[in-house]
Amino acid sequence: MRRCLVPLSIAVLLSVPLGAQAPPQIEVPFRQFRLANGLNVILHRDTRVPVVAVNVWYHVGSANEKPGRTGFAHLFEHLMFEGSKNVKEGMFDNLLEGAGGDNNGSTSNDRTNYVIDVPKNALELALFLESDRMAFLLDTMTPERVNGQRDVVKNERRQRYENEPYGMASIELDKMLWPPNHPYSWPTIGYMEDLTAASHQDVVEFFKKFYAPNNASLVVAGDIELDRTKALVEKWFNEVPTGGVVEPIAPPAAILTTVQKKTITDRVSLPRLYVAWLTPRVYAPGDAALDMASSVLAGGKNSRLYKRLVYDMQIAQDVTAYQQSAALGSSFSIIATARQGHTVAELRTAIDEELEKLRREPPTAREVQRAINQLEASFYRRMERVGGFGGKADQLNAYHAAGGGPDFFAEDLARYTSIKPSDVQAVIIEWLPADRRVELVVEPEGRK
Amino acid sequence: MSAPQRSRRVSHGATEVWGHKGHHDHKEQSRRTPFLLLVFFVIVVASDLRGLGDGAGLLAQTRPDRSSPPPLGPAPQLNLPQVQKRTLSNGLPVWVIETRAVPLVQVNLLIKAGAGDDPAGKFGVASLTAAMLDEGAGSRSSLQISDEVDFLGADLTTTSSFDASAVRLNVPVSRMKEALAVMADVALRPTFPADELERVRKERLTALLQAKDDPAAVAPLAFAHTVFGPSHRYGTAAMGTESTIKAFTVGDLKAFHAAMYQPTNATLIVTGDVRAADAIAQLETHFGQWHNNPAAATPRRPVPGASQLTEGQITIVDIPGAAQSQIRIGWVGVARSTPDYFTLEVMNTILGGSFTSRLNQNLREEHQYAYGAGSRFDMRLAPGPFYAAAGVQTDKTSEALREFFNELNRMSKPVEADELMKAKNYIALSFPGEFETLGDLASHIEEQVVYSLPDSFFADYVRNVQSVTSAAVQKAAATHIQPKRFAVVVVGDRKTIEPGIRALNLAPVRVLSVDEAIGQ
Repeated sequence: MRRCLVPLSIAVLLSVPLGAQAPPQIEVPFRQFRLANGLNVILHRDTRVPVVAVNVWYHVGSANEKPGRTGFAHLFEHLMFEGSKNVKEGMFDNLLEGAGGDNNGSTSNDRTNYVIDVPKNALELALFLESDRMAFLLDTMTPERVNGQRDVVKNERRQRYENEPYGMASIELDKMLWPPNHPYSWPTIGYMEDLTAASHQDVVEFFKKFYAPNNASLVVAGDIELDRTKALVEKWFNEVPTGGVVEPIAPPAAILTTVQKKTITDRVSLPRLYVAWLTPRVYAPGDAALDMASSVLAGGKNSRLYKRLVYDMQIAQDVTAYQQSAALGSSFSIIATARQGHTVAELRTAIDEELEKLRREPPTAREVQRAINQLEASFYRRMERVGGFGGKADQLNAYHAAGGGPDFFAEDLARYTSIKPSDVQAVIIEWLPADRRVELVVEPEGRK
Repeated sequence: MSAPQRSRRVSHGATEVWGHKGHHDHKEQSRRTPFLLLVFFVIVVASDLRGLGDGAGLLAQTRPDRSSPPPLGPAPQLNLPQVQKRTLSNGLPVWVIETRAVPLVQVNLLIKAGAGDDPAGKFGVASLTAAMLDEGAGSRSSLQISDEVDFLGADLTTTSSFDASAVRLNVPVSRMKEALAVMADVALRPTFPADELERVRKERLTALLQAKDDPAAVAPLAFAHTVFGPSHRYGTAAMGTESTIKAFTVGDLKAFHAAMYQPTNATLIVTGDVRAADAIAQLETHFGQWHNNPAAATPRRPVPGASQLTEGQITIVDIPGAAQSQIRIGWVGVARSTPDYFTLEVMNTILGGSFTSRLNQNLREEHQYAYGAGSRFDMRLAPGPFYAAAGVQTDKTSEALREFFNELNRMSKPVEADELMKAKNYIALSFPGEFETLGDLASHIEEQVVYSLPDSFFADYVRNVQSVTSAAVQKAAATHIQPKRFAVVVVGDRKTIEPGIRALNLAPVRVLSVDEAIGQ
């Protein structure tokens, strides 16, 4: 066993170019190895507080769902907390809370992650629970459990989408951006009728297909002894049976060739405009520059769109812009809410003028450096926490999943620090054209 | 909102906290699994298959005993970071915690004045004053402040709660000096430009308008208004009302700032990768010349305790077509200074303060009426609200209310030993994890300063939690959980939910519009 050992201890150095002093160093040393069943394992020691984070990524998300079963990856995630062969229903949470621990999970288009944060004395409890559901989830799975979490998830959808102002817009926008058979065209939360259709048999098939150790990665980070932790991981995870090969997703081509417009209504007082484009997938050329473009456009009071729409003209209540990076392709969105007495047409005109200015002339050096400096500081801030979503354990798994290796911190940062104003101009010209995009308007009900 | 469902399995909406994604965290997380990965796994699996022989052979020997959960070792000790207390030459206290984890520093200027100090007729002045601090200060304009802060990679926030106001700076330590200069202008020398006030006023009025669209925003406002009424400060949002926001003048803001933002009323808190002596030297430069102005000072008047509710009442706030009903149930709770503090922490963890709490188990796991349910004592300088809360599907609203009251009534019975122990351990054993980030550390110090907690508070915390008894929980519940006298607010589709709610016969029912309910 314990083959493919890649025991590394790499110090990742992040430097501060602006500071006068010696560059501060942040080290994320790790040890990586793989079990015989294919489970990738990454250990990271950080003893500042006596807690341990156990973080598992399964490389399956809503993009792996079948038509007619949208929302299933997320519904499945809920079922992972309901008990397994040696963990009675309810005991997953009871045992962890009784040990002073917290846990959670989340599902995106591309992956599903699970976090357990415990005081360091409960490390083995966390490994027991995590390995039991990885190996033996189906042993005690019942149609009743599926029914129960189905209704919880339906209420999640009601709370976070249907009853939330503008909550349905992101679902509409994805439908407009991606072709109907593209897996990003449907929402991670799923359609109600598909949630209704999900069956116990679907759970069995999904688990067997995707929830195998060779399709997962485990990070244990925090106040740990590396050798002992490695032995404990082997003890609890070695018996998890390996699974088959997960076929890569082969999505259809996604290209916008015209301007597509749609208006929907919602129970809101103010109209909102969404303008969106299809853009390069995560880590592809252009991805990082589009992040910087979002900052130049809508990051802070001096950003182009905020200053124009919200600060100077005061025709918008808010404006945001972001590159939503994903494995099969990304999208870039600009969202603005009109103030009372103003229309989305006014917003659209001003947004187009600002984009056109940036197509004609790059942003200033200071605008881009400002965005880089903010981003660099945010890299330090996300070094602060070991557990939870976005903590170091989660980031190690994210970089591993991205294929960059868990020591990708410095490389990721370098993608941004090297960006020049002309790069930002270039991606706006290439990826945010005026004649190939999607425009969604949410109008107040009864005022369409 | 109530505790358990805050981030619990929020799934597809969770933010991956990639640094650069921070300014649009309302959206779904970034998704990452590039193509490389797929190739990678084909190789991995192939090599694993070759190794299966010896791996499988060892399984029999190494199979762990899963018949019971592995025992926990001894709980780790809480190593509280050392707080160094200093003062600047003007008497301004500075509390420093040195920690070397990341090259960042957090500097919080805490002002002991908040919405609780708003004079009658000027509800919202503390909040607006804080919001306007960075809209022009010293010789800097609003845009210049924002540009400098962003260029330094800093976060500078100005904020106000019911009990305090704060200017909080987080910055790479290499740029602390430049950032402190901006922070000091913002905190000490705001200019409150008239045109910026008009802009922020419009922004706030629009935000109030938007809040009325959102049942989850209307519910807490309507609940506070019902429990505390229009004249008590806690009955109205910290931001104020449409009429007060419309009436504020530059003079109001200047007067509040002059009266309340004074060294005698303030504390500086520093956490991060700096030596205390260096931090003090820099702070002396920027804050040491700040002088008290006794002539302008207004002594802090305690917020009076609200009169307690005596009879149950149900308020339906009509939002036609709502997919869920937002429910709030409760009354006037306790002040932060309550002698029952630890007992109530434990009791509320059992009732609705954790994922395995009774309310969440009942409404989410057992009945599936809600995505999550919980309860909370909002402890302030004066007694704040206690409430149980959930968003429940519209067609199960009355059933959900019945379960809420079943659980609230059940608190009068003794709590079993194992449930009590689980709650105490959950609070006590997770406590060391609350001191991880610079922000965590600074916010604990803020709590200590605002509520005058003893220096021993954090060191004694675990012992105090562990000494709570079942009898104490039962006694506290008898005092603080009296469901017959609770106010109930339900924000939802009246047409569908009203008949069922009336049929419960819990209490008199009234129906209000959103405007009536939140007291605009």
